[in-house]
Amino acid sequence: MMLPRRRVVLLAACSAIPCAGATPAQVGALIQALVGEAPLKDGLIHLDLPVMVENGNSVAMTVSVSDPPSPVEAIHVFAEGNPLPRVAVFHFGPRSGAPRVSTRIRLATSQTVIAIARLRDGSCWRDSVDLLVTLAACIE
Amino acid sequence: MVRVLINVPKQIRANEPFDVKVLISHPMESGQRRDQMGQTIPRDIINSFSCTLDGEKVLNIEMFPAIAANPFLSFSAVAEKSGTLELKFTDDDGVTQTETVAITVS
Repeated sequence: MMLPRRRVVLLAACSAIPCAGATPAQVGALIQALVGEAPLKDGLIHLDLPVMVENGNSVAMTVSVSDPPSPVEAIHVFAEGNPLPRVAVFHFGPRSGAPRVSTRIRLATSQTVIAIARLRDGSCWRDSVDLLVTLAACIE
Repeated sequence: MVRVLINVPKQIRANEPFDVKVLISHPMESGQRRDQMGQTIPRDIINSFSCTLDGEKVLNIEMFPAIAANPFLSFSAVAEKSGTLELKFTDDDGVTQTETVAITVS
């Protein structure tokens, strides 16, 4: 199909607009809303992501909590540089063998990914990974 | 209906965690991409996933567009006796699909 020249120019301009990413401040607000008054400590939770990502369309991610002092209620994952910062929320039940999940995620750009674990005793634990993305998930 | 592959070990010991692996073939269209005409491709993702063992919760997942296409999940469950693992997921059109797999505890 032939496109009128003006339309082609317009399309080129549209596709050149980078995906508007979330900001660390937005993610900070989300985490604040999630954690509330509870203390947020580093450690316990482990977020496993490659530091160098070749293809942002599919990045293997594993989150786990080792030896939690009380059962893990949920693990929240946030990506600071994605258009939508929320990645996934994992809620664990009584039949969960271990608080560990692996999946594959999309990353729009080089950024920091944050995982927050919330335990039944109310304490929250945090881990983050700074990574470099060579091919972003937004440009396809 | 989408194609789902579920993998559980053949031999499971009572009260010992075992791995459940799930692969769902779904495009997980993020709603961020544009087509050739510059129109946004509407979002179409699986937004919730739950796994239960004989009605008891193993794991619930809230999914967002940042989950890659053809979502792969690997998680751990624990069983006392043989039973049925039920996987249930819902997409943006509100269609819920349920898959079951029998597990045998030896």
